[in-house]
Amino acid sequence: MSEGKGHDWPLWEVFVRSKGGLSHRHVGSVHAPDAELALRHARDTYTRRLEGVSLWVVPSSAIVASDPAQSGEMFEPAEDKIYRHPTFYDIPDVVKHI
Amino acid sequence: MPSLPTIEKDVEQRAKSAPDHGAFDSATAGQHDPAVVDYCQRLGDDALILGQRLSEWCGHAPALEVDLSLANIALDLIGQATNFLGLAGNANELAFHRDVLDWKNCWLVEQPNGDFAQTMARQFLFSTWQHMLYDRLAGSSDQRIAAVAAKAVKEVAYHRELAADWVIRLGDGTDESARRMAEGLDWCWRFLPELFELDETLQALVDRGIAVNPQSFEDDYRQAIGAVLAEAKLATPPEQRPILGGRRGHHSEHLGHLLAVMQYLPRTYPDAVW
Repeated sequence: MSEGKGHDWPLWEVFVRSKGGLSHRHVGSVHAPDAELALRHARDTYTRRLEGVSLWVVPSSAIVASDPAQSGEMFEPAEDKIYRHPTFYDIPDVVKHI
Repeated sequence: MPSLPTIEKDVEQRAKSAPDHGAFDSATAGQHDPAVVDYCQRLGDDALILGQRLSEWCGHAPALEVDLSLANIALDLIGQATNFLGLAGNANELAFHRDVLDWKNCWLVEQPNGDFAQTMARQFLFSTWQHMLYDRLAGSSDQRIAAVAAKAVKEVAYHRELAADWVIRLGDGTDESARRMAEGLDWCWRFLPELFELDETLQALVDRGIAVNPQSFEDDYRQAIGAVLAEAKLATPPEQRPILGGRRGHHSEHLGHLLAVMQYLPRTYPDAVW
C-alpha cells in the first residue's frame, strides 16, 4: 500500500446483481486502494449485506465509454428502422425476463 | 378437523406447576435463572460497549468508505447486544440504567479508540474471539442463545476478516503504520487472558451445555492470531500481567466516561420515550 491517504485511493465502479436478478447493474463507485478492499467497501456501501448478491468492482480507468459528442452517429441510425425492433410479437405469459 | 381431546383436571394441574406453565417457547424462560441472565449480560455488554466505541468514529475515519465499514460493524454489534440483553431482561433498562459496577463486559472492548491502528487491533483481537465463541455457542442447549449466536456468527465472520485485513495492511504497510499497529496490539495484549477466564458462573453453565468454555478454543485462537500477525510481519507482543475483573463489574477508568455519554439522555429524562 503505497498511497496512504484517502484522496489518493483510485476510483472503482461497482456493479451489483441482486438476489433473483439476471444481470449486474451499475450502482455507483467507491474509492479503495485495491480490488479486495474495493469489494468490501462496495459491499458495505451498496448491498447492505443482502445475502445472495454478486458484486463486480472494476477500476474506473479500465472502462472505455462512448463519446457523448458522437451519440448522434452512434445511436440514431437505429431509430427509424422499425423492422429491427422485435415489437410485433405477443410474448406468451410463460416466457419470463424479456 | 377433529375436535381436540378434553384436557383432564390433573393434566392442567401438572402444566401449571411446570416451569413457564408449559409454554412452548416462553421468552421468560431464562429470566428465572440468574446464571443465564448473567451470561447473556456478559455477551450483550461486550457487544454494546464495543458498538458504542466504534460509533465514536462516525465521521472521523480515515476515508469515507472506512467510516461506513466501522458504522456497519457498530450496528451489527448493537443488534447483537439488543438480542442478548433482551434475553437477560429489558434491553433498554439494562443499557441505559446500569452504572459501571453492574456492567459485565470484558476490559478489551471498553478501551479507548486511540488511533485507527489501535481500533483495528482491538477489533481484530475481539472479533476473532467472538467469532470462535458464537460459532460454538450456536450449539448451546439454550435454544434462544443458540438462535442469537447463529444469526450473529455470519456478521462477526465479516468483522473478523475486515479487521484482520487492516492489521495486515497496516503491519505490512509503511514504517509508521507498522509502528502504530504494533503499539495498538501492545496496548490490547494484556486484556486477552480475561477472554479465556473460566469463573464459577461460567463453569456451571458450561456443565449444563448452555455456555461455551472459552478455554476449549484458546489454542485455536492463539494460532489464528499468530497466523495473521505473521502475514502482517508483526512480532507477537510479549505476555503481560493479565487484567481481569470485567465480568464481576470491576472496570477500567474508561467505562464510566463512556457510559456518561451513552446514558446522558435517559438519565436526564428517565421517563423519556423514543
